[in-house]
Amino acid sequence: MSETVLDVRDLEAGYEPGVPIVRGASITVRKGEIVVVLGPNGAGKSSFIKAIAGLVPITGGTVFLDGKDITAAPAHTMMRLGLAFVPQTENIFPLMSVEDNLKVACGVLERREIPSRLEEMYAAFPDLVRQRRAAAGNLSGGQRQMLAVARALIVHPKVLVLDEPSAGLSPKFVSMVFEMLAGIRKSGVTILLVEQNAKAALAIGDRAYVLVEGKDRHEGTASELWNDPVVAELYLGQRPSGASKGGAA
Amino acid sequence: MIDLIGYGAFFLTTALIFSLVTLGLNLQWGLTGLFNVGLAGFVAIGAYTSALLTTPEDAARLGGFGLPILVGWLGAMVVGGIAAALTGMATLRLRSDYLAITTFGVAVVVQLVALNAQKLTGGPFGIGFIPRPFGGLAETPLLFNLSNLAVVCAVTLIAYLALEHLSRSPWGRVLKALREDERAAISLGKSARFYRVQAFAVGGAIMALAGALQAHFTGFIAPDNYLPILTFQVWVMLIVGGSGSNPGAVIGSILVWGIWAGSGTLTSVLFAPEQQARAASLQIVAIGVMLCVILLIRPNGLFGDGPRRPRLDKRAKVAAGESGSGS
Amino acid sequence: MSLQFVVDGLLTGSMIGLGAIGVTLTYSILRFSNFAHGDFMAWGTYATLAVVSAIGATFGKIAPIAPLSFGWPLLVALVVGMAFTALLALLLDKVLFSRLRSQGQAIIVVMASFGASMALRSLLEFTFTSRPTYFSRAIQIAMPVGFGIRITPDQIALLLLTAVLVLGVHLLMTRTQTGRAMQALSQNAALARIVGIDVASVVRVTWVIGGALACVAGVMIGILVQIRPFMGFDMLLPMFAAAILGGIGSIPGAVLGGLIIGLAEAGAVQLIGAEWRAAVSFIILMAVLFVRPIGLFGVRER
Repeated sequence: MSETVLDVRDLEAGYEPGVPIVRGASITVRKGEIVVVLGPNGAGKSSFIKAIAGLVPITGGTVFLDGKDITAAPAHTMMRLGLAFVPQTENIFPLMSVEDNLKVACGVLERREIPSRLEEMYAAFPDLVRQRRAAAGNLSGGQRQMLAVARALIVHPKVLVLDEPSAGLSPKFVSMVFEMLAGIRKSGVTILLVEQNAKAALAIGDRAYVLVEGKDRHEGTASELWNDPVVAELYLGQRPSGASKGGAA
Repeated sequence: MIDLIGYGAFFLTTALIFSLVTLGLNLQWGLTGLFNVGLAGFVAIGAYTSALLTTPEDAARLGGFGLPILVGWLGAMVVGGIAAALTGMATLRLRSDYLAITTFGVAVVVQLVALNAQKLTGGPFGIGFIPRPFGGLAETPLLFNLSNLAVVCAVTLIAYLALEHLSRSPWGRVLKALREDERAAISLGKSARFYRVQAFAVGGAIMALAGALQAHFTGFIAPDNYLPILTFQVWVMLIVGGSGSNPGAVIGSILVWGIWAGSGTLTSVLFAPEQQARAASLQIVAIGVMLCVILLIRPNGLFGDGPRRPRLDKRAKVAAGESGSGS
Repeated sequence: MSLQFVVDGLLTGSMIGLGAIGVTLTYSILRFSNFAHGDFMAWGTYATLAVVSAIGATFGKIAPIAPLSFGWPLLVALVVGMAFTALLALLLDKVLFSRLRSQGQAIIVVMASFGASMALRSLLEFTFTSRPTYFSRAIQIAMPVGFGIRITPDQIALLLLTAVLVLGVHLLMTRTQTGRAMQALSQNAALARIVGIDVASVVRVTWVIGGALACVAGVMIGILVQIRPFMGFDMLLPMFAAAILGGIGSIPGAVLGGLIIGLAEAGAVQLIGAEWRAAVSFIILMAVLFVRPIGLFGVRER
């Protein structure tokens, strides 16, 4: 087994004091893995991942990134620390050009690094090249998702964290997004994602956790969980068919 | 002693007229969440309307029409209400800041008209000979002051009771619900907007009525009476009393007017005449700082029931707030 | 009708436009209409005046630069004044606005800015009295430039200064990392933090730019008209109208809005009379709100 990149221990988090949404969840992400967090609606998946990114107040537990405690780090420092988060919706700046959307995340880079990083992203996401001067708000759903991911990758993060990348996309784009993620992992990037679409996520994931009522209940390799009857009953059984829309906790 | 009672009556009359304006503002802001930074304009509209309607004919300007005082007051309310309704219709589908800016503009324009439309408003010299409700008693100041006080008391009481009734009615409950969620209020469409326009218009009418009362109480009006400082005073009164509370509006008005008049007297005693204009500006500084301090440490005022937000602990605030002030 | 109103309008428009940049930035990034912005103008102007007087007292009388009515002391003082105004804006944000912002009610901040505006203005009146004062009492000869238009050297210099400043701010907003961060914050504050933008520092930059430009606009008024404690407050409605006409958040929009209002005001002064000048902004404001509330370059709010 390779080294641990992200280590979350007994995380408790919530928007209001005394009302935790995440109640002691623990996960580990190792270098080069795709780890998927699944769970029924209202399980706190989205809050869990947002808490890791510093967007939901953490009331207990710890988050370690590459052995460094980042539990109390403010959201805007996460990029610099090496954790790049892609939110579920409204994850681009619609009035800025595609190129400016990429550049805006480059605040943590050296100035001279920026041109080569941009070229790197355009090479990885050729769809964006033709649109580089266009306002990002004009992109299609799938292209927006691409742009958001490219913006996260441009800083070469230690871990890429995604909140339901397939949410709200048409089936055609869903498969495109998951192919894209599989490709990104091949290039050596570590990925943590929360998903409703269990089938598609487990197809590309190495390991997965099932979050229920704010706690991690099950852990295993993707195929173990896919074939586990308890898990199937708990979560996969009530999986909505096809691309699921909305409704994450 | 008699002088003291007379002064007390005079003081209370002014304070209660302020209360009436504050009650109007409380309907707009406290109950409905509509921001009016040009209320001096609506007060002026009321004062000038009533003055035009009730003064004896004057060759130098339009009117006066010599109508009964009550007609003047009703006219003031109608015109003030219409002006407020128009302002509301222009801006209530937009974010509240637009209303703030527009009302500010209304006050500027009303001030401009009062100063420059001599044929209508008498220009910088204003309008005199506005009939007083108990003009016959002017020989005996005490009786005159007390009867004025009685009239103003009665009008304020009626407005107060009506507003209390309104805020408990289904109408008032809808307004409160809309206040809590501005986005919903805008997106709910025409019907919700119409409720807010109604509230803004009624508030404007009350302010105009207060302006009319004041005009008939002093018998003389001029553009100087309706400068931004008036808007400012009334806001401080509402915030001190606590927005959302009608008793708070009345008590806040009396309290702040007391402080204002008291500090005014104090400066006139302490400072030489040629320094008094400067001292008066210091008075405004003090009240401005007071407003900010109250907003910071007691945003609900003495009696307010404004929307309460859940208090997060420090760390949560840093994470949830957009300001980044703590980070 | 004489074409002179074009020069007058462009000058007034420059003052309004420079002020409106601050208004539009505060509105789009901090999400509130700052009623104290006009008073930043006045404070900046008085600060500049104070520095000019101090330089005069230290170095004695200094000859103005060739055709202009002012010399290097004013330029030095202007830079000091800009820094002072920026600091004033930062200070006000620290003690007042940022605290209220963190409580989450935008409109309370607007009210606080109204209170602060009153206090700031009255403090100026207390310190300097309400009597108007001037940077220089020298009368400049206006040169004819054809078409019945006359212009003074001061006016030309200030128009150029405005153009340079506007271009500079525009480049800052569109070509630099700071500018992109400001745009990002105005479009989506939560996402801005996710992509690594420190909101607090962007807020500081916003105040510095807004404050510094307000000072320049104020000094322009001081050079071309006069210096009074109410000078900024009187500019408030035109500045708001310009920001809304141009489209909230748009720098070119704010400047263009300012120029349109300036020209309309100058035209109205010629046609109707100076006393109705202030109504022009209001009429334009109402027209924009009824016809196209997002303004010329604006976009619909999310």
